[in-house]
Amino acid sequence: MTLLEVRDVHKGFGDLAVLKGMDLEVGLHEVVVLIGASGSGKSTLLRCINGLETVDAGFVRVDDIEVTAPDVDLDEVRKRVGIVFQQFNLFPHMSVLDNVTLAPRKVLGMKRADADEAARGLLDRFGLLDKADDYPDRLSGGQQQRVAIVRALAMKPEVMLFDEVTSALDPLLVGEVLDVIRELKDEGMTIVMATHEMGFAQEVADRVCFLHDGRVLEQGPPAELFADPVEEQTRAFLERVARI
Amino acid sequence: MTTPAEAPLEAPVIPYVDPQRRARSRSRARRDGLIASLSTVVVFAVLGYLVTSSPGWPKVQETFFNWDEAVAAWPTLIKAFVLNIKIFLVAEFFILILSLLIALGRGLRAPVALPIRIICTVYVDFFRGVPTILVILLLGFGVPALQLKGVTNSPVVWGTVALILSYTAYVAEVYRAGIESIHPSQRAAARSLGLSSIQTTRYVVLPQAVRRVVPPLLNDFIALQKETALVSLLGPIEVLRAAQINASSNFNYTAYVVAALLFVAITLPLTRLTDWLQRRDSKRRMAGAM
Repeated sequence: MTLLEVRDVHKGFGDLAVLKGMDLEVGLHEVVVLIGASGSGKSTLLRCINGLETVDAGFVRVDDIEVTAPDVDLDEVRKRVGIVFQQFNLFPHMSVLDNVTLAPRKVLGMKRADADEAARGLLDRFGLLDKADDYPDRLSGGQQQRVAIVRALAMKPEVMLFDEVTSALDPLLVGEVLDVIRELKDEGMTIVMATHEMGFAQEVADRVCFLHDGRVLEQGPPAELFADPVEEQTRAFLERVARI
Repeated sequence: MTTPAEAPLEAPVIPYVDPQRRARSRSRARRDGLIASLSTVVVFAVLGYLVTSSPGWPKVQETFFNWDEAVAAWPTLIKAFVLNIKIFLVAEFFILILSLLIALGRGLRAPVALPIRIICTVYVDFFRGVPTILVILLLGFGVPALQLKGVTNSPVVWGTVALILSYTAYVAEVYRAGIESIHPSQRAAARSLGLSSIQTTRYVVLPQAVRRVVPPLLNDFIALQKETALVSLLGPIEVLRAAQINASSNFNYTAYVVAALLFVAITLPLTRLTDWLQRRDSKRRMAGAM
């Protein structure tokens, strides 16, 4: 079953065309990793999926909601699609617990006690329960990013989008964030993630998509795509990444 | 799932300081303290001497710093000053609310809200441009002259309204600067969790924006406390007018000095309060990390 569908999407910013006919299909429980150089459209694609950016042309569907429909209720889309950003974007004026419970309380209308309990359960699962009452400034980057993931999970999304969630982290802290994503995969979460962590992509991805010049140039199971890319640009990109 | 790299954030250890260095820095602190007190005493002694040894000093002391006059004027002044405080409190209440609404109105982006945006922008442009004293005179003398039925002619009321109109424009800009200083990624994060635009403003943007603008807000309120004296132009006996009457009836200006000190006395606690609030806020967020 296709949970997420992106068809011939175009998106530009001023004179700069970023997505030029992007196509992507993601099945239920599938983990799709987007790779490609900076500016190839990974972040923009993710932001178009949950409606943070409006597309210039094309079609996007999440489950039974057509995101690109003129009368779409974007709040409904965002309830079902969780997104985690490179820069965490936790709310600095709220404790970790309040960061996690804000949306369940205000959007889903949960009672504070219920939202707190659910949030503590999630925090506990990801080893963050002792940080519940701390403010984000006090946490390490890895902890903040894990809180950001928990915050998105608290809305019980059907799909999780990860936008280079480890790129702003100290290399020593990358692992703990990837552990969380690995765990989500094991639970059957549908995941689309943009990343530069090729090792991790190889390990968790069901499918890897190489984005080039605003399109998916090549895609396939990680073993095939990494070992034997067909396209010249894919090969060049993988070689460049391997040298770092 | 905790990695060793996070260990430094846990239990703080008392830092080790070389005893010799500690002794050195202590003696340096003692020396600095001595120099600071000495230079302060010298500077103020010289200034005091220059003022008190001037030829006109006995006359000035008699006219401006007369203790008996101060004591005699005190009951009248303090009673009049209550009116300043009332004007200030009422004005501040309305300014805080109205200016926030104006700031939010200027931030509306929906096409249907364009008239609101225009009204808010014109309002701010107009009242920031017109001197407060003119607004007070125009309202205080203009509205009663209209002889409207059922509308009060009280100069205190119209003076206060004038202050509110004038200061709301300034404070709205302070709020707006605060709102715009919140990074768009905060809004994006909130919206992507499903919060509506209004919820995002209410729970994510405003709380952060207001914290940031507390010092400039306070600055405007201290200015407002002083400008309550301008209402005296319309005739009510607030502290400046009371001091004026006092001065012109016995040719002694001490009452002015007392009035000035009264204004200083109420602005100081407000300043300290804000300092304290801000320290508490940053301490809470950074608890233990400093």
